[in-house]
Amino acid sequence: MAAVLTRDIVKTFGEVNAVNGISLRVPDGEFMVLLGPSGCGKTTFLRIICGLEQQTSGDLLIGGNVVNDMPPRARGIAMMFQSYGLYPHYTVRNNISFPLRTQRMPSQDIQKKVDWAAQLLDIGHLLDRRPRQLSGGERQRVALARALVREPTALLLDEPLSNLDAKLRTSARQEIKNFQQRVGLTTIYVTHDQVEAMGMGDRIAVIDHGRVRQVGTPTEIYEDPADLFVATFVGAPPMNIVTHNGGGYLGFRPENFLPRDMIEDGGATEFSFRVDRSEYLGSERIVYGVMDGFDSKQPITAKLPPAHVAEGSIRPGEWHPFAVKNSALRHFDTSGNRSSRH
Amino acid sequence: MPQPIARSLRGTGFVLGVGFFVILAAFPFYWMVITAFKQNSDLYDVTNIPFWFNEPPTLEHIKYLFQETLFARWLLNSLIIGVCVTAITLVTAVPAGYSLARMTSRKGEALGIMIFLTYLVPPTLLFLPLSRIIAELGLQNSMWSLVLVYPTFTIPFCSWLLMGFFKALPVEIEEAAIVDGCSLFGAFIKMAVPLSVPAILTVVIFTFTLTLQEFVYALTFISSSDQKPITLGVSTDLIRGDVFFWGEIMAGALIAAIPVAIAYNLFLDRFIAGITGGAVK
Repeated sequence: MAAVLTRDIVKTFGEVNAVNGISLRVPDGEFMVLLGPSGCGKTTFLRIICGLEQQTSGDLLIGGNVVNDMPPRARGIAMMFQSYGLYPHYTVRNNISFPLRTQRMPSQDIQKKVDWAAQLLDIGHLLDRRPRQLSGGERQRVALARALVREPTALLLDEPLSNLDAKLRTSARQEIKNFQQRVGLTTIYVTHDQVEAMGMGDRIAVIDHGRVRQVGTPTEIYEDPADLFVATFVGAPPMNIVTHNGGGYLGFRPENFLPRDMIEDGGATEFSFRVDRSEYLGSERIVYGVMDGFDSKQPITAKLPPAHVAEGSIRPGEWHPFAVKNSALRHFDTSGNRSSRH
Repeated sequence: MPQPIARSLRGTGFVLGVGFFVILAAFPFYWMVITAFKQNSDLYDVTNIPFWFNEPPTLEHIKYLFQETLFARWLLNSLIIGVCVTAITLVTAVPAGYSLARMTSRKGEALGIMIFLTYLVPPTLLFLPLSRIIAELGLQNSMWSLVLVYPTFTIPFCSWLLMGFFKALPVEIEEAAIVDGCSLFGAFIKMAVPLSVPAILTVVIFTFTLTLQEFVYALTFISSSDQKPITLGVSTDLIRGDVFFWGEIMAGALIAAIPVAIAYNLFLDRFIAGITGGAVK
């Protein structure tokens, strides 16, 4: 296990800059999530770390050693692919033992390690099957076992849950996270799903157009987005952004945008809000509308607890006094970066 | 028209259609089989019904082939040529197809098409320059000239065929192997090759049958009877002037066709998988 450090990594494909100078420090044992929209360069960055792509410039350090020119097998990194990349012509046992066999480990030791990994992931009963005889969840566990069996310096995961159905995804998320905490493995996890990112990451690096927009804990990313991209990419529905009178933008989360009477007095900014449409989602009600005197590209959303707001009290077409606590307001300057004043 | 009648008409039409093609495909083979076992007196009597035995069948033609001609030698020659050409083709076309499939840029595709195009140059055009090369190498009138020449048309086609197949293999499998400690070559040998066995079998069958039935190059480069492959031996040594040894010719063709027919039927499913492998993702 080792820390992973990148310094100003750039990768160009012809004219296209896929990775545009990423510097990132992942300390030993941390679960780092790379979050970004598809095509933002996060997978390319991951492939550079494991050595499947060579960076155009920049340094990559694993455990303090520069590994720029080392082939993947010398880096000691394990990677789990989106489609798992299991070897279809091998049994599960041979799939798991493959990384050990390439290291020419003695066969008794291989046996022991495979049993250890199989027990850890509870796949002992599957060892003699082939990948095509496994369900999606089982395949994922086999892929994880194969990644862990040789005790890698770091584990890279490329959207590992995207092939699972929604229900399985929740439990698999839990499983990976628990497992990572138990083993204490440096993990870099690529996803475009913010729920995965928020739920699993010790820290999140939000990436867009090959650049890191912000690195921080899930709370920091959500509460204090560094710029408009992070503010609107993270959160569902995303942060409301309106143009500010004094130049720049004002942002606030939908759950902080509440009817005036729900906010106890002191330090709140009032707005007049016209409701256009409302969606009842069980645990919450999402209300879409416009704000008097403010421009916005998207409809303004408010997330209301349905227990507190009766359906009859907010009807489409009506203007209502709404407010946001001043502490929940976020200011951005004209170029979209977070400005210091609160 | 009432429905049952329409349905039975459609059924009859289907059977007739399929039957027509079955007869079209099987008739030459049938003709070959009965001719190979007919007595000469039966064969050359124009008043006999040509489609069946009018006199008892005989093994005379097959005996003649093995006792009076170099047929066994031709068979062996064809086998040696076939095995050598197949080996050469596999050793070159598998890595070539793989490289073409994994070249990511447009160039790879263009190169693949260019290689395939060379397959379309007809042997009747190529044998002229090739005969010069064969003469320079001192291989004229030797079956080894064919071992050298046949790969010129088997390699391009097989590379192209394998390229399509390798393209359909998910690249993650090889990448996983590379991350798990293989070199690029190791990943190719341990992952890509075992997973493309259907395509490789297709290449083997295709190459072998192509060399077995080739005629133009063999006719051009070889004149001694003991160097001839079976196609050439049967059609040159069994036709003397205007005398055709029909029974022997057909018996020779039959013996040569049987192993190929067996190979095709054994591997038919895999063969189809190999041919269509690259087509559907």
